[in-house]
Amino acid sequence: MSFWQSFLRNRGAVAGLAVLAAVLLLALSAPFLFSFDPWDTRGAPLQPPGEGFALGSDMLGRDVLAGIFHGARVSLFIGVVSTVFAVVIGVVVGAVAGYFGGLVDDVAMRFTEFFQTIPSFVLAVLLVAILTPGLASIVIAISVVTWPPVARLARSEFLALRHRAFVEAAVLSGVSHIRIIFGEVLPNALTPIVIMASLMVATAILTESALSFLGLGDPNRISWGYMIGAARAVFRHAWWLSVFPGLAIFVTVLAINLVGEGLNDALNPHMRRRTDP
Amino acid sequence: MTAPLLEIAGLRVALPAGSDRAHAVDGIALDVRANEVLCVVGESGSGKSLTAHAVMGLVPKGLAVAGSIRFEGRELLGMAEAERRRLRGSRMAMIFQEPMAALNPVMRIGDQIAEVFRFHGRPDRDGSRTLALLDAVGLPDPALIRHARPFQLSGGQRQRAMIAMALALDPVLLIADEPTTALDVTTQAQILDLLRAIQAARSMAVMLITHDIGVVREMAHRVAVMQEGRVVETGPAADVLGRPQHAYTQRLLAAVPKLQPRPDRSAELGATVLEGRGLAKTYAGRAGLFRPGRRVAAVAGVDLSLRRGEALGIVGESGSGKSTLARMVVRLVDADAGTLTLAGVDGNLLALRGRRLGPVRRRVQMVFQDPWGSLNPRRRVHEIVAQGLLAHGMDRRQARARVDELLALVALDPSSAERFPNEFSGGQRQRIGLARALALEPELLVADEPVSALDVSVQAQVLDLIADIQRKLQLAVLFITHDLRVASQVCDRIAVMRRGEVVEAGPSAEVLFRPRHEYTRLLLASVPGRGVGEETGSA
Repeated sequence: MSFWQSFLRNRGAVAGLAVLAAVLLLALSAPFLFSFDPWDTRGAPLQPPGEGFALGSDMLGRDVLAGIFHGARVSLFIGVVSTVFAVVIGVVVGAVAGYFGGLVDDVAMRFTEFFQTIPSFVLAVLLVAILTPGLASIVIAISVVTWPPVARLARSEFLALRHRAFVEAAVLSGVSHIRIIFGEVLPNALTPIVIMASLMVATAILTESALSFLGLGDPNRISWGYMIGAARAVFRHAWWLSVFPGLAIFVTVLAINLVGEGLNDALNPHMRRRTDP
Repeated sequence: MTAPLLEIAGLRVALPAGSDRAHAVDGIALDVRANEVLCVVGESGSGKSLTAHAVMGLVPKGLAVAGSIRFEGRELLGMAEAERRRLRGSRMAMIFQEPMAALNPVMRIGDQIAEVFRFHGRPDRDGSRTLALLDAVGLPDPALIRHARPFQLSGGQRQRAMIAMALALDPVLLIADEPTTALDVTTQAQILDLLRAIQAARSMAVMLITHDIGVVREMAHRVAVMQEGRVVETGPAADVLGRPQHAYTQRLLAAVPKLQPRPDRSAELGATVLEGRGLAKTYAGRAGLFRPGRRVAAVAGVDLSLRRGEALGIVGESGSGKSTLARMVVRLVDADAGTLTLAGVDGNLLALRGRRLGPVRRRVQMVFQDPWGSLNPRRRVHEIVAQGLLAHGMDRRQARARVDELLALVALDPSSAERFPNEFSGGQRQRIGLARALALEPELLVADEPVSALDVSVQAQVLDLIADIQRKLQLAVLFITHDLRVASQVCDRIAVMRRGEVVEAGPSAEVLFRPRHEYTRLLLASVPGRGVGEETGSA
């Protein structure tokens, strides 16, 4: 059975993929549908959803719908980019630890554990505060706190694959360590890492929202977390200010998780039909 | 003649859609009579194991079973599950290939046997029946061993414990699915003796599933030969083994390796290529906080020498250190002591490191045991074969041409180059592995059990190929195997290893037919089917 066939059998995953595509569409269409700055005042403040503003306006008269569209860009960008960084760091550390073993492994794993012992959100807050809030510092902070589990996973995969005969055959053929790690072992270790990465995107989006809620977001870019944070003072008068961005976060994170589950089912060899009689 | 105990008629087990064939078992008819041993023999994928599982009602969910299985006159297919469960264990029992997987690892042996009694409503309150059973299967000190957990027993002891469990309620039919495949040859001989004695003492019917013609020779009263889900030949053992009618049976019998030494080739051999002195390797387990580290001398002072064009067989059971020795020679494992000299290389091969080791590596190459683990599933065959050439700086076009030559050398179709390993059978994969090893034109080829994972018919082809290439290229070959028959076919000299030491070494004919060491004699005596209805090998 092909990858797509088994992926498409999981209805949740298909729904998740559809929602994710829709969110991506929001992000891409934002500059065209709402070609103004989402920070601009567009009318009367605190208008409920209705004629003037489809999803209402905030206390400075900014359009909530435009905020959601533009916020999707920030959320997706941070989710994807920080995951990519975290995966690259984690895979390199884990691969080196698992492949070489011994002292290298001990050093790399103690280093990883050092990051794991610090509460990750506190560390992220600290990092953003030190680096001054901005898109780059948020990405750095999220990658720094999320790579350790990737490293541990990559290490265990490499440990298992390291002594497989095809890796030893490559050693005997004189292939260099770098090529063995990235050319021979990594492609075989990638499946669980891809699955983990897909779920990390969701965590990164949540972390960004939490940072923005605390006022540590990029001050020049509107994000869903910022919108909820800004709305908390008027929560009882203007429910729409926190409900709609909250829904956006909820739906996006749920969709990513569903897609991750689907990837797991489709890629995980244990779930696959056994071919041996 | 009485009515058969077990009658299988028109049994079909369907495979899921999209498999390589529609039925794993395709309309077979078999019967097992009381007090006889029926051996069902076939290669992997012949459906022999699934047939056994169908009798026990253990076919995986989702596979449709049709036809008829009558046991003691009652139809088993379609019988209520509760009733079948009552029959299982009490009237029919099964033992499996891997006793470690079939026993509960955290439960004491005695308790597991007592459980069988309890489930069938005949609790063994004073434990006397459990003790008697453990005694009957020849386990030493039953009173102690009933308190042991499975991991504390050896492989042979575990299989004995499994047999004791199976015999608990005096079944009339015992199904044994490859019961000795995971065991060493000397242990296998003991377990087969035990099964034979128990069968005779209890007048039990035994359905023995095996791929090993040697085991069939030892055990069978009657034989059924299966191929691709069908029974192609069945009859009394003497007839099927002595005068096989079906072409497949004939092929299968012809492919069984015989104890027959290779003709003397000492005139063709060249200068010494490899010389090892006092090779040693000790594995030390990590010491815990409260216990000292365990030390195992895997290889304890082995000498060896190999001439150009010569094949040296290292024969031993599991744990004898033969694989460690091979891995030391190719430098996948660092030796603790000893010197190894390779013709044309200054100094001790074992002491070379880093940059100085690189150029030497290409002169010593290896073929691995597991045809499924030794090829990277994500690479095409030409990339696999060419990896060494590219790593040593050959340009891509030249390497690609060389790959075609190599594939031709190992008798693979040139179109194989573009395919992925999962499209090949086990024998073809071993050929690819061989092509990879030969790519760098080594002087020494180390083959670590290269055929032990293959079916006999494929095994014979791969062995022939190795012997052929060795002659053609004047290769020195270090051939590691547990099977004396295999060693006798390809090796000029044989060294027998036990617990890290070489107990006997010499020309193949000497070692096989005039063994001096008692352990060699024991190994030879344990070769299944030896001298039973076979002319060769009885010398």
